[in-house]
This record gives sequence, structure tokens and C-alpha cells, in this order.
Amino acid sequence: MNVLIMGCGRLGARIATMLDEAGHTVTVMDTNPASFRRLPPGFRGNQTVGNGMDGPALERAGIQHADAFMAVTQGDNRNYFASQMARQVYGVQRVLCRIYDPVREQIFRDLGLETFSPTSLGAQIMVDMLLSEAAARR
Amino acid sequence: MYILVGGGGKVGFHLAAELLAANHEVLVVERDSTRAAAIAEELGNVVVQGDSCEATVLDAAGISRADLVAAVTGDDEDNLVICDIARYRGVSRTIARINNPKNELLFKRRGIETTISATQAILGQIEQELPTHDVIPLLQLHSGLEIVEMKVGELSPVIGKSVREVLLPPESLISLIVDPGGVPRIPSGDTRLHPGDALVVVVPKESLGMLRQALIGSTHGMDT
Repeated sequence: MNVLIMGCGRLGARIATMLDEAGHTVTVMDTNPASFRRLPPGFRGNQTVGNGMDGPALERAGIQHADAFMAVTQGDNRNYFASQMARQVYGVQRVLCRIYDPVREQIFRDLGLETFSPTSLGAQIMVDMLLSEAAARR
Repeated sequence: MYILVGGGGKVGFHLAAELLAANHEVLVVERDSTRAAAIAEELGNVVVQGDSCEATVLDAAGISRADLVAAVTGDDEDNLVICDIARYRGVSRTIARINNPKNELLFKRRGIETTISATQAILGQIEQELPTHDVIPLLQLHSGLEIVEMKVGELSPVIGKSVREVLLPPESLISLIVDPGGVPRIPSGDTRLHPGDALVVVVPKESLGMLRQALIGSTHGMDT
């Protein structure tokens, strides 16, 4: 699979590394070239400096050939905007989008995006951890 | 009408002021507390401090009963989110400010038909004005005549022709030619025209279009 990842933070770099190791073609884009240091030494994917909300930058990163687009910058609105661009302007088949704000995440999901909220999931996991421990002690 | 304005920057502020003056019910949602306080001081109790991209803030502002939502922050992504949430909450009319004209397509695809781009508006104005830049008005005479300056372009149909051969509008006259070196000459009927010559022409006001046609070859100056 040909995957374009927007944002090379901890999550973006990790996803890129995992997909690269699994043999997929990966391109990572970030506005800050220094962020590519998070990628491991043997990383075979492409690195592109650019803003994923900018059409020409997305095209430079090869969005026309991408099977999947993942938006994982720190900004919910940026991720949403770029995801809709990938989907509605460039017709990318799979578009995955990280949204921190659970309320917005639900709305964006209802609007047709594949969204993921680390806040909701993280909260759920931690609550489960706490309560299952408490239940085991009782 | 109840109009919700997302973003209290310069555009949001002046928009709200005008709408209030036209007796609309207006609420501005502004993230920055200092800015929100300044708007409240100026316009009264018509501002909510909060992030207009957050559904909870918009809900508290009564978005579902808004007749119109105008998203006018300086960030296109925020404006898209505001409009999409508004439509999700059942608002039928949304207007978005766009900063990067290239983003217009996405807004249209998302069903946000009304987009306003200052960049695009200024660009359009410049493009509209460009063709008329080839005629520089110098002086208006009482008799209805005008003195204008025109440059002989690289593609002008008059290149190589003598002044006598140029089909000028009636009652107009090439009165002076300044060559590219800046040397002025009073032309005779035999003087030939060269690219880069600046012509000072006396022409009846209503014949400017004909003059442009004769010296540039089209009314747009772009055809050839």
C-alpha cells in the first residue's frame, strides 16, 4: 500500500516506521524538517517538507498516487481540513484522521471521516484499568 | 435574523458592528479573552469568549437557532470546521472567509457555497484593471478631447507602419513620440513606429476604445 502521512510527531513517526517495516511505501510530510529525526536510521520511506493543508504541497508529496492518507498533526482542525482535502479533492480511498477533542471527533465521524481520538480511547483504557483492578481486589 | 460570527478579529468585529447597526441579533465567538473583552467594550454584550471550533462552545452560543453562521477567522481550517459543525447542527446558511484562494474548491465540495476571499477579490480587481493600464490618461481638455499616453507593445499591429498608415479614430492625432531612449520627436506622416515607443495621442473621449483597437489590436490586449 502507498501511504501518505501528514505530521511526523511521535505518532506519525511511529506509524511510518511500522508501515515501512511491514513493506509498505510510505511518505511522511511535516512543516518542520527537524521532526524527521524521529524516524529510525534504516527508514526507507520518503520525507517531504510541506504543509498538508496546501494542495501543491500534497501533490509534491504524491497524494495522487496514495492509497491511504493519515492526518496526525497536533491540530484537530488541520487534521480535519487535510483529511477532507485528501478525500474530496484528491479522492484518496482511505483517510484516517486523529482528533484529540472527543466532541469534535464524534461530529467528524458522523460527517463521514474515519476518525480516532486518543483522548476518548486513552480515558476508556485508564478507567478500565482502574476499575478492573478495584474489582479484582474486592 | 440571528447571526453567529465565528472569530472576532478585524473582519468579525466590523461585520458584527454593521449587522448590529442593521438591527440583527449578533453573537461573536472569540477565542482570545483580551480581544473578546475589547469587542464587548465596544459593541456591548454580544460576544462569547471561547473557541468557535468547539461544538460545546457553539452549542452554548445557541448555534442551532442561528439563521446564519459566518466563519471569519484568519485560518481556513478553522473556518471549515465552524461551517461543518454549523451545518451538522442544522444551520442552513453558512458563509466562510477563505484566505488561500486554492481552498475554495474544498469548501464548495463540502457544500459551503458562499465563500469570500479577499485575496481572490483583489486579484480579480487587478486582472480587470490590467487591460486598461495600456492607456494612461494624461489630461482632459474642455472640448471633450483627451490627451493619453500609449506604449507600442511587442505585438502591436502598428509596428513598422508610418503614422499616416495607422487607422486612427476621427479627430485624433499622434502629437508626440518618445522613443525607448527617452528622446521626444514630433512625428510627421512618414515617421515609423517601433516597439517601446510611447505615443502621446489627442483623442475624443468616446473614441478611446477605437484607439486601443488601432494601436494594440484588441480591446483586451491579450488576444495575440
